[in-house]
Amino acid sequence: MADKNRITMTTTSPVYITANTVNLAIKTVKKLLWMLVVLLGITLISFLVIHLAPGSPTDMETTLNPLAGAAARQRLEDLYGLNRPLYVQYADWLFRLLHLDFGNSMSADARPVLTKILERLPLTVSMNLISLLLTLILAIPAGVISAVKQNSPLDRGITLLVFLGFAMPSFWLALLLMLFFGIELQWLPISGIMSMNYAQLDAWGKFCDLAAHLTLPILVYTVGGLAGMSRYMRACMLGALRQDYILTARAKGLSTRAVVWRHALRNALLPVITLLGLSVPGLIGGSVIIESIFALPGLGQLFYAAVMARDYTMIMGNLVLGAVLTLAGNLLADICYGLADPRIRTAGETA
Amino acid sequence: MGSRCLRNPMFLLGFGIVILMSLSALAAPLLAPYPPNTQHLDDILAPPSSHFLLGTDRLGRDVLSRLLHGGRISLWVGFVAVGISIAIGTTLGLVSGYFRRWTDEIIMRIVDIMLCFPSFFLILSVIAFLEPNLTNIMIVIGLTSWMGVTRLVRAETLSLRERDFVAAARLAGCPTRHILLRHILPNTLAPVLITATLGVAGAILMESSLSFLGLGVQPPTASWGNMLMEGKSVIETAPWLSVYPGLAILITVLGYNLLGESLRDILDPRLT
Repeated sequence: MADKNRITMTTTSPVYITANTVNLAIKTVKKLLWMLVVLLGITLISFLVIHLAPGSPTDMETTLNPLAGAAARQRLEDLYGLNRPLYVQYADWLFRLLHLDFGNSMSADARPVLTKILERLPLTVSMNLISLLLTLILAIPAGVISAVKQNSPLDRGITLLVFLGFAMPSFWLALLLMLFFGIELQWLPISGIMSMNYAQLDAWGKFCDLAAHLTLPILVYTVGGLAGMSRYMRACMLGALRQDYILTARAKGLSTRAVVWRHALRNALLPVITLLGLSVPGLIGGSVIIESIFALPGLGQLFYAAVMARDYTMIMGNLVLGAVLTLAGNLLADICYGLADPRIRTAGETA
Repeated sequence: MGSRCLRNPMFLLGFGIVILMSLSALAAPLLAPYPPNTQHLDDILAPPSSHFLLGTDRLGRDVLSRLLHGGRISLWVGFVAVGISIAIGTTLGLVSGYFRRWTDEIIMRIVDIMLCFPSFFLILSVIAFLEPNLTNIMIVIGLTSWMGVTRLVRAETLSLRERDFVAAARLAGCPTRHILLRHILPNTLAPVLITATLGVAGAILMESSLSFLGLGVQPPTASWGNMLMEGKSVIETAPWLSVYPGLAILITVLGYNLLGESLRDILDPRLT
């Protein structure tokens, strides 16, 4: 309805716009279908790798338990359906997935995988979002300044920091921060998410307690992303500053400030959107390490425990979630790119 | 080109670090003051001193000796893992770019799928399931990091196959294998070398992360990652156990990154 209104109101030929919208719709559908195929491929590969590897989720409860015999193992395998042919297990798992049923965890508590994941998701996602925001706030100015003052001492200094950031193992940085802020200065707690007396604190106290516990982990996440982002920002900015429209803007007498922050930055930000979409798998992987160091009850810790216990359903649930988040990140990046770049918005050709 | 290398401070620093680290890894048995697994039971958790330059760990083992031996593991993992990923990536890239059509389509779709993999999750599960050991780590890192090389080599091949010298070779009746290996492959070496150098840094970081989680090189064999893991539990009383192995990782990875980035500037001015 709204589309029709817009077509009659615009001055350009309505036929042109409809053709374009149809084109865009077809492309979006194609893209979504392809994403489904990718998701299917990822689940198939993961399922095969996990199930064909030696060992079984029943190991924890049978081999390690002297009272459990072959019969107990048999019963457990029947319970989990592990003695069926592999393709039947996969088909069954896939069919349940269509109803958003990830199955029950194969660990002792046997709770639904989805419930356990959803409990852990908010902490990991919010930490990642906060650090992503901090990364952008710091990396964009750093990259722009580095590019505008190319080869100045400031640029060289930032470049040096970027290289150090690239080479810094996140777990080592975490250890150093714990050593300095936690043990030496005693400013911040070094593990867990809340203090012992959390229940007795008032709302403000609870917030401060939570913030204090999350400061170091978020700092580690941020440093991890900062190097790559500011380096990329610098490269994009250097590219944008060489364009003809920058020369035009300068020629018509605009101030350097306007040229850099308005004309060049807007164009340099476009590729950064794509990079953000691509950074999702790295963030998910990084959470395993950071959450294990700081003993945070997030998704990474859940996954680590599941891997150690060979909890098949839990591992698959996490892998699917990771893949979905990655694909969603890519899609979101594509959409934002389209919204931000008028060339793509109107032409709809080169997305 | 030689003089361009010598005038580039990034290259000199990176090259220096890489050579120094490689030599110290090669000569570890000669340089290390003690065997890496010998326990000095009178000096457990001894702080750095003239006796033990970087101190000793919880089992009384000399940290410096373990660092030197751990360096051999890190570099070995880095080189083999990158070797695997370059071999896969170059082959698929050449085939994809040269034959185009459905071959290219299929290979590029596989690359897309692999890029969407939450690969650290997969690496963790595979290694935990297959017994964490050196061979498995190198293979798994190699098998999950070839996509970038494939895309790079494919792009180079796509443009090289249209060049006159390739057309001439084809007209002269060269077999396809010969064209790919003798005429196209050598021309893709520069970007591949750059990616390989940066890849070594990535693989070293990956190995140390895995070892830190207890899923990498298994004790008592020393690796920088598992030394950090062992030091973490005594971080308050023996901070030197948490500082030096990390410093070794930082310097090595920094060296390879500097070398890779400066090679990019030197070999391929288009990219900067």
